[in-house]
Amino acid sequence: MKTETRPEHFEPPSIIGTILRKLHIDIPLFIGLLLTSLLSFLILYSAGSQDMDILVRQGARVGLAFFLMTVLAHVNPYQFKRYSALLFGLGIFLLVAVLIMGQIGKGAQRWLELGLFRFQPSEMIKITTPMMIAWFLAEHPLPPKFKQLAVATLLILIPTLLIAIQPDLGTALLVASSGAGVLFFAGLSWRFMFAIVATLAALTPILWHFMRGYQRDRVLTFLNPEADPLGRGYHIIQSKIAIGSGGIYGKGWLGSTQSELDFLPESSTDFIFAVFAEEFGLFGCVGLLVLYLLIIARCLYIASQAQETYSRLLASSLAFTFFVYVFVNIGMVIGVLPVVGVPLPLISYGGTSIVTLLAGFGILMSIHTHKKRFSR
Amino acid sequence: MSRIYAVKDNTVENRLFTNRIIASFVVIILLTSSLVVRLVYLQIVGHEHYASMAKSNSVKIIPLVPTRGIIYDRQGKILAENTPSYSLELIPEQISNIDDTLLKLQQLLAIPDEKIELYQKQRKRQKRFTSTPLLLNMNDEELAKFAVVRPYFPGVDIHTQLVRHYPYGDLAAHVVGYVGRINETEIKELPVSEYRGTTHIGKLGIESSYESELHGKTGYAEIETNVQARSLNTLNETAPDPGANLYLTLDIDLQKTAYDALENYNGAVVAIEIKTGGVLVFASRPGFDPNPFVVGISNDAYQALQMSENQPLYNRALRGLYPPGSTIKPFIALAGLEYDAISAQQKLFCPGYYQLPGVSHKYRDWRKGGHGSVNLNEAITQSCDVYFYRLAGTLGIDHIHDFLQKFGFGEKSGIDLVGEKPGLLPSREWKREQKNRAWYPGETLITGIGQGYHQVTPLQLARATAILANKGNIVTPFLVDKIVGAHDTKPGPEIHKGVIALKSQNIDDVIAAMINVVHSERGTAKSIGRNINYQIAGKTGTAQVFNIKQNAKYNENDIDFKLRDHALFIAFAPADDPQIAVAVIAENGGHGGSVAAPIAGQVIKQFLKGHQQAQP
Repeated sequence: MKTETRPEHFEPPSIIGTILRKLHIDIPLFIGLLLTSLLSFLILYSAGSQDMDILVRQGARVGLAFFLMTVLAHVNPYQFKRYSALLFGLGIFLLVAVLIMGQIGKGAQRWLELGLFRFQPSEMIKITTPMMIAWFLAEHPLPPKFKQLAVATLLILIPTLLIAIQPDLGTALLVASSGAGVLFFAGLSWRFMFAIVATLAALTPILWHFMRGYQRDRVLTFLNPEADPLGRGYHIIQSKIAIGSGGIYGKGWLGSTQSELDFLPESSTDFIFAVFAEEFGLFGCVGLLVLYLLIIARCLYIASQAQETYSRLLASSLAFTFFVYVFVNIGMVIGVLPVVGVPLPLISYGGTSIVTLLAGFGILMSIHTHKKRFSR
Repeated sequence: MSRIYAVKDNTVENRLFTNRIIASFVVIILLTSSLVVRLVYLQIVGHEHYASMAKSNSVKIIPLVPTRGIIYDRQGKILAENTPSYSLELIPEQISNIDDTLLKLQQLLAIPDEKIELYQKQRKRQKRFTSTPLLLNMNDEELAKFAVVRPYFPGVDIHTQLVRHYPYGDLAAHVVGYVGRINETEIKELPVSEYRGTTHIGKLGIESSYESELHGKTGYAEIETNVQARSLNTLNETAPDPGANLYLTLDIDLQKTAYDALENYNGAVVAIEIKTGGVLVFASRPGFDPNPFVVGISNDAYQALQMSENQPLYNRALRGLYPPGSTIKPFIALAGLEYDAISAQQKLFCPGYYQLPGVSHKYRDWRKGGHGSVNLNEAITQSCDVYFYRLAGTLGIDHIHDFLQKFGFGEKSGIDLVGEKPGLLPSREWKREQKNRAWYPGETLITGIGQGYHQVTPLQLARATAILANKGNIVTPFLVDKIVGAHDTKPGPEIHKGVIALKSQNIDDVIAAMINVVHSERGTAKSIGRNINYQIAGKTGTAQVFNIKQNAKYNENDIDFKLRDHALFIAFAPADDPQIAVAVIAENGGHGGSVAAPIAGQVIKQFLKGHQQAQP
């Protein structure tokens, strides 16, 4: 069978379009990401007490992240597949290294010092875990058999537990869901999924036993925030006040009073959605959710158009994890989920999460722009 | 490979995958809708409620930070206090021309440009009515200069803040410890509500061990603010409970005597009040000044402390591990008597060396010609090594280990300080586990004179001495005598009590020998026995230094010094009614008798003088 590569769409040649295609950029996805990032600067400026320094720093990170996305979009998906196991192994090795170094340094440690910047292996594992599971499952016919499921579950549990004991519950959750996402898209039977959910529910008391004091506090506070208004409950109460006072139309850009007054802690990082909701109201919130949904929908479309099992599984899992990110963060800020340290994707202040996220989108673009056309 | 069997059915896979994509999107839409429902609930249904909470009646809860407890020594002298620190703060709203004001202040107080820049940066982040500091830690001169012109600077004022201060500096830094800024890891472990507003936390020593007592209980005030967060009115206030004051058993004057007596030697002195277990002296030299740690020590200064060859940050009294040397001999002698391995009168001949049967290696005595025929008393007085090689050989390592363990060797003393080292009391099992080797008879011999694997901390040595002086009644060292809180006074830590069953004649024999160490003509510490009206029981020790730093600079004098043995001395007094037990270790001090014993002598002398005055 002879194959040749051709651009997928035959659009009228425009300069920008040509450049973006040459760069292996998927235009709809790119526009969605760009819009969200620009929105992020708008909110950060307000949430960060109008400090330009914050914007400059975040700008540098976003720039780096977009650059990395472009680089990864260039790589042929075949290469991702080929190095999946190797990268996964490297990630696990680094996680263990960080853990041991943390033991020696007597304290929680999550990163390796690389001179110019800090590298968090747990970020890398967010992408390499679905790569590994996708690679493993793609080797066999789908839906996966019990034996493959068992191995895949083990492969997901290793990095999840290594991160959970750092302790970083939020990231552990994201890694687990990225792996579980692959299993879902690979056709894990519904009956099996219910069984797992039931088992997890049964395991909850055991999980409780192993939680650290502050993690238990967070869950308890989630159940009854008013019990500790000065401490753990403070976040949730203040966050609800901020969101609720925003109303339908919001108080307008820079109109947030709660973050300005320092009522709202972590207003630039994990709780930035509260500032957004206060300033832009219900309309803004729904708008932001729609923007997220459009990005996710495009990602799922890319997954559905992918030709190889590996690419499909990886693409769909990355899309699904992105949603988990959004859901867990917003759910926490509006008080329907317990507080776990997960930032609002593409919007919260901080470098590590945005770099990983855009790396994932880079892979998605690579999958979409490297498709082969079979000649008849 | 499985590929032959695993023929992929592309149609099935494609259909399955498409189904899953659709299913996932449905789930995503449903979950997102649930978020929207919740948002509608908050922003439409609850809007009025939350808006009223946010708006006019904004009640801000501000923490009222408790004052940290003060630490006193046993005489009531202050070891850690809170002193005011003055800062110059500006309220932009009240200043008509801020640049002009800054310029004038800069000329008046010679403020460097960087501080002005820093202020400008901070000011922009704050509300116009927030007081923002320009100068921190003002000295008296700056205070005086500003006080004169203050009426001409509306909106500029001096603010006072309490800063932890350690008046004795390096003298007690290891015991008292210090507070420092709360770091990221600590934030996670701390109770959030209790530490809102608190900036510092105990990092070392008593400051750390008694953090919760010293910290107190945070109160809070509910303050009504307007939309711009200007405070209008205090609605409700729960006053904080100030931290408890701690009274230590430590005697800072005695500590100073011990610290000064160590002079240029690195080392440690620990003294324990035998009747209670209260620690009187807990000195580790060199010390360091804890005060810079409170305000934030510069990286260079910290590196210098860390890299210093003398390791000033190292608490030698608590964590220093040394071979006990000959100070172990009284305990070995007592073991010999208790296990009937020897009688007090029995004489052993010392030719200057000892050989195990069938082994050519000679275990040498420190005195080349030997001590001749010596009994137990003479062996301790003159510190005869051969006597103890033979005694240790007869006892065997198992008896030695079990007996020494009762005196607290090889385990933590339980003192109320964090970071104590347990030391190392070797045994057959230990060697098999750690080194995977059998125990050799020769190792028993050198254990008998306090060499080999055995390692002790100065605290352990002082405690064992106190237990010996106390005729086998267990002494548990502690530092905090009482905790005086806002509402109640509590005693210090609970003390473990117990008794080691010992024959009183055996103890008397050993103590008689220890008295001879100090008060007989042939005693190795006779220099400190003169001109005192009480008796000291003691034992000298010399510990071989087998570690020579490879990277030490080549300097003949210096290397010679570093190769010198550690000098040790343990003692208690008065011998007939023991009040104080002391252990001294002077690193590279050479002989215990000439260097370490006089230090203990000074401490004992000063303590008993005060003691006798207190109890006429």
